Amino acid sequence: MVSIKGQPNLLHLTLKIWRQDGPDDKGHFVDIDAPGIPTSASFLEMLDIINERLIGEGKDPVAFDHDCREGICGMCSLVINGVAHGPEKATTTCQLHMRSFKDGDTIHIEPFRAKAFPVIKDLAVDRSAFDSIIRGGGYISVRTGAAPEANNTPIPKPVADAAFDAAACIGCGACVAACKNASAMLFVAAKAGQLNSLPQGQAERTARSLGMVQAMDKAGFGNCTNQYECEAACPKEIDRSWITRLNRSYTAAFARKSLL
Amino acid sequence: MSSPANSLCGFLASSIGRKWIVAFTGLILVGFIAGHLTGNLLVFAGQDALNAYAAFLHNFLHGGAIWIARCVLLGSVVAHIYFTILLTRANRAAREQRYAVEVTQKASSGSKWMILSGLLILTFVIFHLLHYTVRVGAGFQDLPLDSEGHFDVYRMLILGFSNVWVSTFYVISIAMLSWHLSHGVSSMFQTLGISTPNTRQLFDRIALGFSVLTFAGYTSIPLAVLTGWVA
Ligand code: HEM
Ligand code: FES
Repeated sequence: MVSIKGQPNLLHLTLKIWRQDGPDDKGHFVDIDAPGIPTSASFLEMLDIINERLIGEGKDPVAFDHDCREGICGMCSLVINGVAHGPEKATTTCQLHMRSFKDGDTIHIEPFRAKAFPVIKDLAVDRSAFDSIIRGGGYISVRTGAAPEANNTPIPKPVADAAFDAAACIGCGACVAACKNASAMLFVAAKAGQLNSLPQGQAERTARSLGMVQAMDKAGFGNCTNQYECEAACPKEIDRSWITRLNRSYTAAFARKSLL
Repeated sequence: MSSPANSLCGFLASSIGRKWIVAFTGLILVGFIAGHLTGNLLVFAGQDALNAYAAFLHNFLHGGAIWIARCVLLGSVVAHIYFTILLTRANRAAREQRYAVEVTQKASSGSKWMILSGLLILTFVIFHLLHYTVRVGAGFQDLPLDSEGHFDVYRMLILGFSNVWVSTFYVISIAMLSWHLSHGVSSMFQTLGISTPNTRQLFDRIALGFSVLTFAGYTSIPLAVLTGWVA
């Protein structure tokens, strides 16, 4: 293939991509020469181009997770040059574009690494541990039947806004990937905090706080050491103060359950 | 074996429960660091002030107070170390395979080496207790009593710190302690659930201020002895 160095809209990259056959395979990096990558391509489109080429050569394409490709589903992942979801702040991998890279760059692409997120193949990891945490939180009690009158449960605007900030979490797992302890605290804190903030979440607040933390520990995530790498990596900019709130509501829930 | 989340064992087996114990025992130890420093700085008020303070500590509540304090401190240190070791081991196990490229975006250097600075503090604490509490070696037993008939803590201190190697070891250890606290104190407010977006910056400044004061305060004593300012 001809070198396209010097052409402003196309990049010639060297990719170091993690390849792993399955959860029990040891895995290794493979160097891929990647000329002709348009700067307008998203990072996942870049991988699509690489995979088209691999398939054309009769080779196994690289497995990676994706779904909406518009930054809302939380399915894409990847640790790009050591940063979960790559170099742009508050941006998912699917919304990251190749214009963030320079011609001639070498890019390391690794899966999210955590014991609780086993590699399925190559860059695709199993994040169902997050589902077990959501299940650990249980249900909320709501009256079923006809839709309730919207103004029956007044919610102050600041409370609604705060709950919405927490609800912005798309459950991608970048917090776990970025944490040196593979802790899921930012995720758990956002999910518990969203419901713990709202009037509808009060009835099961105690059980939820205890249940989600217990499920988190059981899944094999690490412990938070308050270094906030999670906050830096979060594509939805979930704030560390949700972790403070979870610390508070968990301890209060324990006290309420055991002492009262 | 999993215990129900609402029992004390459940709390102590949980991630947040363990961190809470570390933070709470850390708070007790931080209180001790502050109190101990305030008392020690009496060395600059002279021999009588320091020795009277030492005698007060030994005689308060007929000598019972110091044993209560020792028990609380020992319990705190043991719990702090036990749970930080458990937490650190679990954290290593949670990331079996490390990244080829490791990038730090926010974590401070102090926060990354807590177990190392902590274990160095532990080494220092053992040395320090043998040195000035148990008074092994060093010739402290031969010091004459002071004018009130008390053990002469002031002279002991000067004799102890006149040794350059001992003083150097103290200064390095205090640096480790301050480094530990530069992360520890702000982390404590987060773990205990006290920090908020509005107070976060304040707590970070308190942590920095406290570790700087700890370093300046504690190292001033061996340095004052070595330079002959206190004699
Ligand atoms: C006078 C002695 C000590 C003081 C005043 C002290 C104070 C503190 C404080 C305030 C914290 C923050 C707690 C939190 O994260 O919420 C902390 C954390 C920690 N301490 Fe100490 N500590 C001392 C000795 C030790 C020792 C001897 C060790 C040895 C193992 C140790 C290991 C740790 C570790 C690993 C953490 C980090 C916990 C985490 O990041 O979650 N500390 N310490
Ligand atoms: S693919 Fe849906 S958020 Fe990236």
